[in-house]
Amino acid sequence: MPTFRGGVHPREHKEATEHRPVETAPLPPLLLIPLSQHTGAPSAPVVKKGDMVKTGTLIGEPAGHISVPTHASLSGTVADVASLPHPLTGRPVQTVIIDSDGEDNLDPAIGEHNPEGFTAAQIVAAVRSAGVVGLGGAAFPTFVKLSPPKESPIDTLLINGCECEPFLTADHRIMLESPAGIIEGIRYMAMVLNTTNVIIAIEDNKPDAIQAMTRAAEGTGFAVRRLKTKYPQGAEKQLIKACLRREVPSGGLPLHVGCVVQNVGTAIAVRDAVRFNRPLFERVLTVTGPAVREPKNLRARIGTPVRHLIDFCGGYSGPLGRLVMGGPMMGIALSGDDAPVLKGTSGILALGPEPEPQEESCIRCGACVRACPMGLAPTRLISHIRAQRLDAAKAEHVLDCVECGCCSWSCPARIRLVHGFKYAKSELAARARRQ
Amino acid sequence: MSETSASTRPALVVTSSPHLHSGVTTAKLMWAVVFAMLPAAGGAVYFFGLRAFWVMLIATASAMAFDALGQRMFGRKVTLTDGSAAITGLLLAFNLPPGVPWWLPIVGSAFAMIVVKQMFGGLGHNFVNPALAARAFLMVSWPTHMTTMWLTPRGGTTSGLLLDPAIRSICTDAITTATPLNALKSAAALVRPGCDPNTVWDQLQSWPVIGRLFFGNVSGSLGETSALLLLVGAVFLLILRIIDWRIPLAYIGTVALLALALPGHKTGGLLPYILFHVLAGGLMLGAFYMATDYVTSPLTAGGRWVFGVGCGVLTIIIRLWGGYPEGVCYSILLMNVATPLIDRLARPRLFGSRREKR
Repeated sequence: MPTFRGGVHPREHKEATEHRPVETAPLPPLLLIPLSQHTGAPSAPVVKKGDMVKTGTLIGEPAGHISVPTHASLSGTVADVASLPHPLTGRPVQTVIIDSDGEDNLDPAIGEHNPEGFTAAQIVAAVRSAGVVGLGGAAFPTFVKLSPPKESPIDTLLINGCECEPFLTADHRIMLESPAGIIEGIRYMAMVLNTTNVIIAIEDNKPDAIQAMTRAAEGTGFAVRRLKTKYPQGAEKQLIKACLRREVPSGGLPLHVGCVVQNVGTAIAVRDAVRFNRPLFERVLTVTGPAVREPKNLRARIGTPVRHLIDFCGGYSGPLGRLVMGGPMMGIALSGDDAPVLKGTSGILALGPEPEPQEESCIRCGACVRACPMGLAPTRLISHIRAQRLDAAKAEHVLDCVECGCCSWSCPARIRLVHGFKYAKSELAARARRQ
Repeated sequence: MSETSASTRPALVVTSSPHLHSGVTTAKLMWAVVFAMLPAAGGAVYFFGLRAFWVMLIATASAMAFDALGQRMFGRKVTLTDGSAAITGLLLAFNLPPGVPWWLPIVGSAFAMIVVKQMFGGLGHNFVNPALAARAFLMVSWPTHMTTMWLTPRGGTTSGLLLDPAIRSICTDAITTATPLNALKSAAALVRPGCDPNTVWDQLQSWPVIGRLFFGNVSGSLGETSALLLLVGAVFLLILRIIDWRIPLAYIGTVALLALALPGHKTGGLLPYILFHVLAGGLMLGAFYMATDYVTSPLTAGGRWVFGVGCGVLTIIIRLWGGYPEGVCYSILLMNVATPLIDRLARPRLFGSRREKR
């Protein structure tokens, strides 16, 4: 079965939610909608305190080329537009706070229309104005990926249904419950990219999803590809390697090898944008972990405080040690459960308290080297970084690190390798900016 | 409802991802290696008697004590339970003749743990394998103890030779105190004047002697004689992927190939001759348990191939042309020294970097 080099096999922990249909979370009384939920420039607020908004009303417009608009996820009143710490970065970000009126009145602009006859440009415009970003976690604006420069022709659209992070099952449920919506979204994207070569890639631990997608893809010419279950199979570069035997060059993008990769959830968001003119104001995510009483897959409004979802899942089942936004391998630990769900939030993971592991000396076992899917030598990099030899770390390609976490996961000495690489990357980026 | 009010709880842990771990720890790896050595340790007691047990116990206990003492001396955290010192102590015992006096393993352990390991920075920082370095140190300091205190194994002979009347009639008494490799190397000197050493070479490469080398009822260092028992532990380590198969395969494969290719006393046929070189001496112990030492072997798959081949080349050169009958210890030590260089040259291939045209 096709795969990539390196990677690890963490316990999957998906059994708690993989068989649970997606439930719609109750609407929260209050939403916190940061205007930076995507890669690129934050959107600029177009509402002020006291304004009335409907579900789907524009509240922030794109500010720059790589930027997308932000929309209200519920109808109600703007309680404030304030600078609050971003849930993931901790840096202050303009945040629109909405008091729900409990009505959930949809903006009148939203409604079904016939997208037949849409041009590629119209589809891209619809995707952009709906604020669609990659829902797999990176939250890169989707319209940018759908507008590749002319000098990089795209021959393949890869649809990512791997969901290789342990615990998460949202994409799995989407593929089981809305395969037709995914296929429709893919059709729009394939048309924009002017390719008929579409591969829907799914890990072999989800045979039911493979079956559902294969059935839905009948007659479309889209191929469903079964991939080996290995983390990080769903990482963009590793996915392209497994499906097409192509390697995105160091420092390059998928479009440099003729590929665009989109997540299955994103395909549905594209469908909603094109066919219903419906902005991205809700998403499916998995709320799970040993410290949640009743783990669930939920459809939740963007901006819903995490605490609200946890309560819907029966609350915490015991003492809480760590609350992670995203999956356990790459997710960000939150400082509290008042943080809102973002467009890129694929899961909320509540973990019990564990003693903080003590770092030991590197015994040079090479587990990190074997695990690294990017072909790095993490133990060498970390010793460069700890000696403040950032140039040496750069020369040994620390900037190619994708922060997948395989090295730290496998390190028997519990060395916090990824932590060091994140530091080195941001430090090197800061240096580059100063020059 | 108090248990659902997270906001009033003590602060959450916000360390960097990943938030999961494999559960494999240094201590688990180290103790697994000790566990894998137990069959061979049991074999040593069977073949050489309780004396072997005391040598192993003294070496292991003193290695752990000296490691802790060294950590205290250099102001490091004392990690008595991580198993690394236990491996060194047991490996050192495996590398000693079973008849050594009780103080010899203690001196060896002190050198291994304090001079080789802790003086160079402690766990992970020693540049040569501490047990092998200690063996080399004892070898130059007490050569008589290290090369003559062999014991006759239960159910076998020291040299592996069958000591039938035909052999007895041509050999001097020296043959009864030689190890198999020494007998191979020095057969010409071990026979009575005017007798044909080919008789000795023939018998060394006979299947009964190869069988003894495999099961371990020959003389040699305490833990090295039984290829079978060493392999049992090695299979356990290979299945759990605790050691990399590349190093032993490259090492043993190189020795076998060079034994085949280079001139030697191949009087008993090629296969027995190759098997003799593979099974005799410390090759099995060295290839599976010492050349695979994480700290002193290369990090990458490519580097490990180079390392294993290098060990094999040096071993056979020493065995065939060197001043010692056996070359495993010095080969591994020399390749340990080459490891930083190998690591520098044998890098993993960066994903997305241009592949050389084949």
